[in-house]
Amino acid sequence: MIELKDICKTFSGVLVLKGLNLTVKTGESLVIIGRSGCGKSVLLKHIIGLMKPDSGSVLMDGVDITKVSGKEINRIRKKFGMLFQSAALFDSLTVFENVGFQLIEYTNKTQAEIKERVAECLSMVGLKGVERFKPAALSGGMKKRVGLARAICMSPEIILFDEPTTGVDPIMGDIINNLIRGLHEKLRITSITVTHDMKSAYKIADRICMIYNRRLVEIGTPEEVQHSRSDFVRQFVTGNANGPLTEK
Amino acid sequence: MRVKLLMMFLYGYWKRNIIAFFRYIGGLMILLSRTIFWTLVPPFRKRHILQQMGRIGVASFPIVFLISLFTGIVLALQSAYQMQKVAAEIYIASLVALSLTRELGPVLVALIIAGRCGASITAELGTMKVTEQIDALETLSTNPVQYLVVPRFLSLLLMVPLLTIYADFFGIAGGYLIGVGKLNITHSMYLKMTFDPLALKDVATGLIKSVSFAVIICMISCFEGMNAGGGAEGVGKATTSSVVRSFILIIVADCFFTAVFYFLIK
Ligand SMILES: Nc1ncnc2c1ncn2[C@@H]1O[C@H](COP(=O)(O)OP(=O)(O)OP(=O)(O)O)[C@@H](O)[C@H]1O
Ligand SMILES: [Mg+2]
Repeated sequence: MIELKDICKTFSGVLVLKGLNLTVKTGESLVIIGRSGCGKSVLLKHIIGLMKPDSGSVLMDGVDITKVSGKEINRIRKKFGMLFQSAALFDSLTVFENVGFQLIEYTNKTQAEIKERVAECLSMVGLKGVERFKPAALSGGMKKRVGLARAICMSPEIILFDEPTTGVDPIMGDIINNLIRGLHEKLRITSITVTHDMKSAYKIADRICMIYNRRLVEIGTPEEVQHSRSDFVRQFVTGNANGPLTEK
Repeated sequence: MRVKLLMMFLYGYWKRNIIAFFRYIGGLMILLSRTIFWTLVPPFRKRHILQQMGRIGVASFPIVFLISLFTGIVLALQSAYQMQKVAAEIYIASLVALSLTRELGPVLVALIIAGRCGASITAELGTMKVTEQIDALETLSTNPVQYLVVPRFLSLLLMVPLLTIYADFFGIAGGYLIGVGKLNITHSMYLKMTFDPLALKDVATGLIKSVSFAVIICMISCFEGMNAGGGAEGVGKATTSSVVRSFILIIVADCFFTAVFYFLIK
């Protein structure tokens, strides 16, 4: 279980999150929505401990990860996988070395076993025969999918996806949705997904939450969110240009 | 009234700068202690270390060779200009040998490496930082200091002194070319005048200096890179300040060590 309590975060004087509370249950698939620039990526980075809140705490099974030592945090992070919004592939390594990074660094598996696992992860995201390319030789959507393969390669318990379907074609987008849903159903993985794509949000979410005005304004099942009483949420999920979110 | 305002302005300006200076030095010290800590923790990435040694040491060899050879030649020629007046050309050999091993060898190599490798380390780490690759390393439960800084630290620590020895050697060879080829000093005489005054401590102090320069280059270039921000522009700025600050610190450290050796080891 991951609990965020009263998270506040400012960047050079600009308040991004103010007193945000969120609980993610083990084994659930949570989708975070919100307008561009509202702090969704920042929130994900708090969950995995890349950013420290100005105040508040992030509890991972009761352990406050904002306060643990460097070695301990590495141990906790072994449970996590993360797909960055920008994919963040290592451009000095090949696709094979990127996807198999942790297998190569931290396991005693043979080269053949690693090759097999990397090929398996890549085929899950619809890629084949790209192992020896450098990331610079890939298209945007391919980078995203390699990043996704890297995040799931070690079969972590918790995976954070930052806009997994942005930049890929609709068919691939649906394959990725199925993949995330499948990981979640088969392996009981906890997944936290940031997305702008409402269709994929409805498909993969157990619960959807929306960030607005620096805090959580709504959390509930896809049906509840779809028929929310809040005007903000309704405008967002229907994607309407006119409404309370755009008024001022 | 105006004077008071000016004083307050200057005071604020200096205060900010002094605080920033000590922050920077503190940051370097923290990075150094973390680097030393992670150097001792397995896994030891031999492949990375060898790769860095190739980039830093082997690839810098041609330019170190050229610069030290020509420095030796120029040094011999310039001193010949003076020494010929007092018919003391024979001391050119000693002069070249001592000034290269004690001073010019270590400093020239350090400046070359700071410009050639320090800048590239900052640019590489800076780009990794602004494209979130360093964050990605952390999410793969890998410590960035261990993965990125330690291999560079170890190879600089080994390669800078090694290149210094090369530079000493080729500088002396450059002096030899002029001394024997142009100034009619005999081969055996030149060698005798080179190695007679040269004590082990001359070479050793030079190498101690070059080890400290290696630490300076590594810490500044990695620190600047890992703290770069603001996209391509930020990386460019970080690279510039990495080279400038390395140069300044190398010269300051050189001055410091020369003074220490002068007063302590007679
Ligand atoms: N490293 C940083 N330094 C300064 N400000 C930052 C930093 N990271 C994020 N911000 C600020 O925090 C706010 C939220 O950023 P974030 O990347 O979380 O947005 P987001 O919700 O993920 O948007 P999008 O949907 O477009 O990805 C932005 O206004 C941004 O300016
Ligand atoms: Mg984002």
